[in-house]
Amino acid sequence: MFDGMQRRVVSLWFPRLASDRALRSRPIEGPFVLTLKQKNANRVYCLNAEAERQGLHAGMPYSDARAFCPDLRSRVADPQEDLRFLHVLRRWATQYCPWVGLEDAEGLVLDVTGSVHLFGGEEALLAEMSGKLQRAGFEVRAGLGDTRGAAWALAHYGAGVAPTGDMLCAIGALPVAALRLEARETVALQRLGLRRVSDLAAAARAPLTRRFGPGVLRRLDQALGAQPEDISPLAEAPHYGVRITLPEPIGLVDDVMAGTRRLLEQLCHKLKAQEVGARILCLTLDRVDHDSQQVELRLARPLHDPGRILPLFERGVSDIDAGFGIERLRLEATRVEDVHATQMNHVSAGRKDQLEDLITRIGTRIGLDNIQRFLPADSHIPERSFTLSSAAYCEPQSGWAPARPRPLLLFAPEPISGSGPHPPQRFRWRRMALTTGRAIGPERICPEWWLEDENWRSGLRDYWRVETQQGRRLWLFHTPQAPGWFVQGEFT
Amino acid sequence: MCGAAAFSFAFGLAARLGGQSLWIRESWETGKINPDGIADFIDPADLLLCHADSQREVLAVAEEALRSGAVTLVVMTLSKPLGLTEGRRLQLAARDGNAVGLALIPEGMGSNAAETRWRCDPVFVSRDSTLLKWELIKNKSGTLGVWYVRWDAASRRFAMVSPAGK
Repeated sequence: MFDGMQRRVVSLWFPRLASDRALRSRPIEGPFVLTLKQKNANRVYCLNAEAERQGLHAGMPYSDARAFCPDLRSRVADPQEDLRFLHVLRRWATQYCPWVGLEDAEGLVLDVTGSVHLFGGEEALLAEMSGKLQRAGFEVRAGLGDTRGAAWALAHYGAGVAPTGDMLCAIGALPVAALRLEARETVALQRLGLRRVSDLAAAARAPLTRRFGPGVLRRLDQALGAQPEDISPLAEAPHYGVRITLPEPIGLVDDVMAGTRRLLEQLCHKLKAQEVGARILCLTLDRVDHDSQQVELRLARPLHDPGRILPLFERGVSDIDAGFGIERLRLEATRVEDVHATQMNHVSAGRKDQLEDLITRIGTRIGLDNIQRFLPADSHIPERSFTLSSAAYCEPQSGWAPARPRPLLLFAPEPISGSGPHPPQRFRWRRMALTTGRAIGPERICPEWWLEDENWRSGLRDYWRVETQQGRRLWLFHTPQAPGWFVQGEFT
Repeated sequence: MCGAAAFSFAFGLAARLGGQSLWIRESWETGKINPDGIADFIDPADLLLCHADSQREVLAVAEEALRSGAVTLVVMTLSKPLGLTEGRRLQLAARDGNAVGLALIPEGMGSNAAETRWRCDPVFVSRDSTLLKWELIKNKSGTLGVWYVRWDAASRRFAMVSPAGK
């Protein structure tokens, strides 16, 4: 009777993932380590084979490592980037089977049940995987068994393929550490004389459970197949790209816009399903002569409404050179952001949407970062009491309540001639001879000593509002600690 | 629009029109608008700033903004004289979008296409710190004139002052 297919699992272990990845981009001959600040010291995080041969090991202080090995080369480790790279490898491994999960931070586990024959058998499958990875510069150890535990044990402490059936016979000779136990448990088992997996399997179960809890025997059962263990494949990140291939090349702007509309509807459907909105859209137009043109659209806020996005494409599409015709359109949302459903408000929504569309349209012309709005900042220094930030990436904020009159225009301080604590009666500013008519002040503003500011080196400032006989109303300041008079702003 | 007090004219107009206003300038200009200073006129949250590379871009952005109808006032600072074509295009865009466009120009560089041209200067008097002199120096559809006005911060509007009262 056919009782289903025996499950087969491959475990891949990359013992030097971090250093291999670093060396792949910039190869180095000789001993090499990656360092990371751990436990308040710079320690060796990952090292290459050459460094290991010199007697170094992971976790040792970097200064010691350099003392042992003077010609050691090093770089700073980036564990996050390593993890990201492991996800890339996981995606690569889906060519062998669809069911690929991560094993810790430096391994992969593949459920290859039923896909082995496509690669010419189990030995050939492992050989192909290892060969490809080694050619790419990665040291890899692979194990294949009936269970995830057995495959892991073979990858870390043995090698090769365990024949279907009795897992105990395949991994029985391996040390107990091959069962994915904690270091403390491994040591305790060794002290009891249980050095190999077969020893552990032969021992009485009840005393072991009393001594170690259920963890040790669960790991053993998982490795031998008495207890199931699943592999959780990671979900593919949703891909926001759609395309359309045309039977006949097109060249008119209206036709391209009609094609874009169809693509947008499909794309926005996808975006809506995931509750995200596109921030940057990229429309690629492939021409008959194998040239391709791109239209990039940066939106002022994440959108998933085809009716609003489409008109914003008009300017970009009209600039396209269609040549002999366009035969393929491809639309991709290269950056998406979360958009949560909000209550509609028929009073104010229209105006706000219009403004955002305007920002997008202007942004396609002069760049989205060049459209800015004021945000209040917490400082009493006039030029630091506000910040300018890109209007597309911030919401307007209120809270503007200057306690004292401030000038409309601020500029870098312009020196004028004058002395003494009172504003000069006559002075020249921007080649104009001005006479002080009325001066209101002083208002003393102290520098913020906790911030380095080149302009406030001259110490505190006494600000005066000076109305000149000629009409100009200026904002002057005097620096008593380094005597001098300056014009910094203009009222009206 | 020219003169030393052109900024307060522009912000007073923004306060009068309400809604969003857009200020377009070339990126090399050094003087900064101070939001604390304009808080007397409008809420700084209602102001958007655009920095364009050249006057050509300034005009293109202004036309786009005027036509969209999303803003009530578009202020652009110009450094070169405005041609007839550009001026007319801006006027048509402003009519389509029902918005007001205001160009701040250096003295004597007005466009022939402009409907009106104003010169706005502060005037010194001993009692009042907000007195301005508005001079209408070009008007396609009316007569020229001079007004003396004073900014009333409480009601956020300009109040006219009789010449004798100055």
